[in-house]
Amino acid sequence: MTASVPLLSMRGVRRSYRMGGETIHALNGVDLDVAEGEFLAVVGPSGSGKSTLLNVWGAIDRPTHGSVSLRGRDVGTMGDSEATAFRLRHVGFVFQRFYLMPALSARENVELPMAEAGMAAPRRRERARELLSYVGIVAREAHRPAQLSGGEQQRVAIARALANRPALLLADEPTGELDAATGADIIGLFGRLNADGTTIAVVTHDETLARAARRVVHMRDGRIVGDGAPHAP
Amino acid sequence: MTGGLLLPLGRHRLRTALAVAGVAVAGALLLDMVMLSTGMRSSFRTLLLVRGYQLRVTPKGTLPFDNDATIPRASDVLRALAANPAIEAATPVLGAQLHLLRAIGPPITAFALGVDPTAEGDYALEAGRDPALPDRMIVNALFARLGGTRIGDTLDMAAGFDPEMRTVSGRRRLVVAGRGRFLYTPSDQPVVALPLATLQAMEGAGRTDRVSLVMVRVRPSVDPERAAASIEAALPRVSAISIPSALRQVDERMGYFRQLALVLGAISLIVAFLLVTTLVTVSVQEHAGEIAVLRAIGVSRRHVIRLIALESLVLTACGALAGVGLGCVTAHYFNAILSDFPNLPAGFRFFVFEPAAGWTTVALLIGAGVLAGVYPAWSAAARPVASALRREAVA
Repeated sequence: MTASVPLLSMRGVRRSYRMGGETIHALNGVDLDVAEGEFLAVVGPSGSGKSTLLNVWGAIDRPTHGSVSLRGRDVGTMGDSEATAFRLRHVGFVFQRFYLMPALSARENVELPMAEAGMAAPRRRERARELLSYVGIVAREAHRPAQLSGGEQQRVAIARALANRPALLLADEPTGELDAATGADIIGLFGRLNADGTTIAVVTHDETLARAARRVVHMRDGRIVGDGAPHAP
Repeated sequence: MTGGLLLPLGRHRLRTALAVAGVAVAGALLLDMVMLSTGMRSSFRTLLLVRGYQLRVTPKGTLPFDNDATIPRASDVLRALAANPAIEAATPVLGAQLHLLRAIGPPITAFALGVDPTAEGDYALEAGRDPALPDRMIVNALFARLGGTRIGDTLDMAAGFDPEMRTVSGRRRLVVAGRGRFLYTPSDQPVVALPLATLQAMEGAGRTDRVSLVMVRVRPSVDPERAAASIEAALPRVSAISIPSALRQVDERMGYFRQLALVLGAISLIVAFLLVTTLVTVSVQEHAGEIAVLRAIGVSRRHVIRLIALESLVLTACGALAGVGLGCVTAHYFNAILSDFPNLPAGFRFFVFEPAAGWTTVALLIGAGVLAGVYPAWSAAARPVASALRREAVA
């Protein structure tokens, strides 16, 4: 199922945190490899640890035990500034609620990670247009998020996530806020992205999206309980 | 890009406007207090220098018109001053009371200045002519109004008046030659000025060859403090008061105004600080999700701190600029209210705008604003990204 040199590798990963005086074991000993070019969907009931898994992969959360490496770098032991710089250049995030910056136009939102990475303004403007064109929304580049539909906003968010050519695109319920038709468009976009070489991992409750992936990981109570090709409808 | 990320300010226009207004009010009070703490000295200095006289020679140990003391043998003093190479001009002044005797009604009592008519040291002529002839005088607007007099009128004036015996002394008929604005007398006091010799004569033998003070202008190349020292060395019966020395006296007498200004200024600064801290803290709480997303996509902690500090900076800078304008308006109003403060010259101002006062206010407010942004900025940037996103998802 996995390639010989995995892009992402995790061994014995546990993640616990306290919430309301109770210790939550969000990840309870997870081993997983993800190869370059994969399209992986993580599914499971609420509270099964899907989002925590995504956060650990993306270096925005650190495992309590175990190791996580992405492109050979141990992301589990990085300090804050190192992890921030790593996310900027190697990980793209797509969120359920898009989270575009309301004061910026669509193009400026896409430029944001590139600006943070120090890319010169003309170059990042050109790349932002290319990305918006790729996700099919370049005509709306000057519009603010409030002037865009949910599907359009998610396309901009995907373009933003791709801005610095990340090794891994992580998406947390990317179709959760969209109607079925718009969700299908976004799923199609993910398929095209993967076909063009982008490694994608999505956390989802959306069966259609899970079926679009080439590999589905099932989680329950912080553990992987299934890992394989998606079931046919 | 950074400017475009000033999120809460643009999105909550009413709240931002109210916060700016709050900072502006605090800034206006701060400016007024800065103006009050420096303005009295500045105003007094300007007033003393308005005619270019840097020294006041008074009876030993007294301030100008502080009491009825006079300098005896004034002609000797004037001769000595004229012989001093450091001195360019010396103008004697005698202060006394004169009474306008009227056919109907009680006399009007005015403060009278015996002056050198060619010097115009104590007043600025508004209409008519200087009292160049012995029987001429100029009056201020209040005297003219109370006495119903006009330029050219001949008035029956007396140096002494006993209301019980209805007797007068030092009586003269004087012609109103002009109307003047007196620089060093209160605005609610009727004032007249006439030739020094005439006033001395009206005052009688006791005031002959006496003056209340001599206004002295030193030569441009001479240090007034050194000139003052040389005058006191040569004339032991007098004090020579320089502008800095007079300002020290003002500081001593009006120190409580400066203390009040300091306390109120500090309070206004604290209010501005708390206002900005509150607003920025609320904004940061409201936009915790966006901040977490910025951090998640790789925006550094330093950049987030910079954004939030910039937000508080913009807020206070707008408030400070509006506050300077508002402060000038309120200072004008306060000056109008305080213009009737007893025993102060009409030209004296408590609140004087100087560019330094404006810059000081803006700098203090902006400094407070940047400090006010530090805590919310630090708390936002230090928040763990994963837990912030989790809270946002739950919310």
